[in-house]
Amino acid sequence: MKTREELQAIRERAKAALAVRGSEGGIRVVIAMGTCGIAAGARETLSALIEELAQRGISDVTVSQTGCKGLCDKEPVVEVHLPSGQVITYGGVTPPVMRRIVAEQIVNGQIVSQYVIGTETEAC
Amino acid sequence: MRELSLHLLDLARNSIEAGATLLELTVVEDPRTDTLKIVLRDNGAGMDEQAVARATDAFYTTRTTRRWGLGLALFKATCEAAQGQLEVASRPGEGTVVSATLRLGHLDRPPLGNMGALLQALVCEADRLALRYRHRVGDREFYLDTEELRRELGGICLTEPVVLQWLAGHVNAELRTLGSRA
Repeated sequence: MKTREELQAIRERAKAALAVRGSEGGIRVVIAMGTCGIAAGARETLSALIEELAQRGISDVTVSQTGCKGLCDKEPVVEVHLPSGQVITYGGVTPPVMRRIVAEQIVNGQIVSQYVIGTETEAC
Repeated sequence: MRELSLHLLDLARNSIEAGATLLELTVVEDPRTDTLKIVLRDNGAGMDEQAVARATDAFYTTRTTRRWGLGLALFKATCEAAQGQLEVASRPGEGTVVSATLRLGHLDRPPLGNMGALLQALVCEADRLALRYRHRVGDREFYLDTEELRRELGGICLTEPVVLQWLAGHVNAELRTLGSRA
């Protein structure tokens, strides 16, 4: 069965990614996936994020989804929660912008200021 | 929304927010009767009779932050534009079933779209959710059960990016093999 062989290969790749923990540890990315977000392309943004993480072998970034936050005109909206408690909210996150956020913010720790619509600090 | 799969993502997220732990999606393409049937069943909190009656009303919502809820209303309009219909059946504590029927060959029927990306987005939340997806074209069928995948993967989480990326490609390849034209 082809699926089983493929899954075996995936298992090995995932194990390899798990063995190499990068500096991204503890980052959480939240994509707004309400009706407005979906209509604005949030699902494609999520796919781009997953693909970018998979290709870079990053497995310690948590990806989650949330509903509409009332920022419908800024969709797709993505929040990056840093281990320090800082939350950076990005707007207009099309797939290319999502890839930039992975490369510049998640991997290199540089905020992509052009697309920031808010920053705050979470109470820990 | 440009794709039916985007409506389905929207509705499935309602299920997740209703506390569903099991989600069953069935898609049946029947060229002989020119119908596309889509059923989404969850075991979430469910709704009472009054809420069901108003569920497809865009200006009805149970949340307190805004006074409208567009998801089901938009999907209903899409179904009706393709000479179809949308039905919602639910009971408190027993989950909700949304059944949509559309005319397969209708010009105003949006394409089913990227089902792989839909499954990927849902499985991304699969730590809390078991998902069963059945897709029939004529007499042929594709079936995916996240609990089976979980067993095959051993200790590796379904939410690992490499797993999610594989899943989207796998689902779309299987649907092509199945001869899906929706």
